[in-house]
Amino acid sequence: MNAEQILFILFGAVSLIGAISVISFRHPIYSALSLIVTFFAQAGLFLLLGAHFVAAVQVIVYAGAIMVLFLFVIMLLNLGTLSAKGAMGGKLKGFAVILGILLAIEGIYIATNVLNNTAIASAQPATATPNTTTYEIGELLFSKYLLPFEVTSLILLAALIGVIVLVKRESESEN
Amino acid sequence: MENLPLSVFILSSIGKILIIVHLLLIGVMAMIWSERRVSGWMQDRLGPNRVGFQGILQPVADGLKFLFKEDLIPNHVDKPLYVLAPAMLLVPALVTVAVVPFGSSITILGHEIPLQIADINIGILYVLAITSLGVYGVVLGAWASNNKYALLGGLRSSAQMISYELTLGLAIIGLLMLTSSLSLREIAKAQGAYPWHWNFLIHFPAFLAFTTAMFAETNRLPFDLAEAEQELVAGYHTEYSSMKFAMFFMAEYMNMIVGSAVTVTLFLGGWHFFGLETMGGPVWSGLISFGIFFVKTGIFLFVFIWVRWTLPRFRYDQLMNLGWKFLLPIALSSIVVTGTLWITTGSRLIVGIGNVVVALIVASIVAGLLAMKAPKPAMQDSDSRVTPTALDAIE
Repeated sequence: MNAEQILFILFGAVSLIGAISVISFRHPIYSALSLIVTFFAQAGLFLLLGAHFVAAVQVIVYAGAIMVLFLFVIMLLNLGTLSAKGAMGGKLKGFAVILGILLAIEGIYIATNVLNNTAIASAQPATATPNTTTYEIGELLFSKYLLPFEVTSLILLAALIGVIVLVKRESESEN
Repeated sequence: MENLPLSVFILSSIGKILIIVHLLLIGVMAMIWSERRVSGWMQDRLGPNRVGFQGILQPVADGLKFLFKEDLIPNHVDKPLYVLAPAMLLVPALVTVAVVPFGSSITILGHEIPLQIADINIGILYVLAITSLGVYGVVLGAWASNNKYALLGGLRSSAQMISYELTLGLAIIGLLMLTSSLSLREIAKAQGAYPWHWNFLIHFPAFLAFTTAMFAETNRLPFDLAEAEQELVAGYHTEYSSMKFAMFFMAEYMNMIVGSAVTVTLFLGGWHFFGLETMGGPVWSGLISFGIFFVKTGIFLFVFIWVRWTLPRFRYDQLMNLGWKFLLPIALSSIVVTGTLWITTGSRLIVGIGNVVVALIVASIVAGLLAMKAPKPAMQDSDSRVTPTALDAIE
């Protein structure tokens, strides 16, 4: 077992523990914090793959911005400890069970495929070229994936404008 | 760095880490002393001058006092987070410095050792990622204190950090486009020896936006709404005492030092100064370059203190207006202008002039729009009005 594998197991374990504590903590602040831990562990996994840029962006966007907004909202609404039933009452339980079973089947399918097909496992290190990732991502985004990239940015822009319109209307009616 | 033998690499890294961390801690003490003395000088009084020569040992005395005070944890706080929060503010401040190049390189025993703890190829992204985590210390400390003043401070701080982080990230994109590297060492190297080659002239509006956002990120006055004494007692650290309070305090100064060092690297030429850094052999040139970087950071830190004791605090809506309506458009326009002019002309001079002109146009358009939209009575008595506190703005 080399250092990389030890780190992989470490980050994987931290990420799993964090993910489990997100749903097992009763207090929303602690859940949000566990989610941040998970994001960090995932950034570590990206680093192990040689994807430095993705790791940094993961921390900047998710841990640095989105989770701060989560915390802001939790603090602003002053959410207390949630009861065992809470908002997710009995109605959604069946739905959650079905989704869980689907996810488990998918996981088992992928795991067996990876274990049987060693080609995937051995091909992984070759694709990771640590020193050029930012450059390569930029080049791919503006050549091969230009259309999806532009469409995504348009969707984000539309969402942004939608939010502004909604908020504007509310404040005008208040006045 | 890759061509160093492993043992040399590990030994030199440990040496650099020890030196830099201690310099940071001593720097914090020096900053506290100089802030008190400079503020005294600006207000025509003396400041602390009793302990040691010119009061230079005052921070040591303060530190000892904090250390020996009772470590009080109030009953009503959320204990785990209350204890964790100061560390969550201090650690990001400490680890950011790992990627800052504080000099060219020193040759010892035939090995060329770069004066930087880690030259990673996403250096500036690392800095942005880690600085964006600093807010957790403030927000969690505020929430865990279970105190309304602290909570208000934390809320303000989180909104402020998110708003100014955008500017912080966007302001450096023009610079990154011209340097075509994310590594801080490459960015510092790409700026020549002379001040007119440094990035702050080519990207002047972006430099101003970045510096302003840096002030906001470090929670310094004009932007210290998170602690605003007159309204919030002490803001997010109201419930903190003894060493935990000292950790918040140290983190603030450490953030300032690291922020200054990053700004010097990005915009003020790093360790370059009129070719002085290349003089005097492989060892001396490294030490001189380190000295130049040190002095530049020190000058920038003086600006931090100077601004604090010159400008009054912003009101909450003014803070948001400045961040979203002025700094963000200026930073965005600087990206467009830099990209277009660089491709069409390829001249740094034209890019520099174009940046300033467009920033002025953008700022005046925004100012005009704001003046048109603002209701007349609010404009007239905006100076005497004190009612719209942050509380109203948040609600």
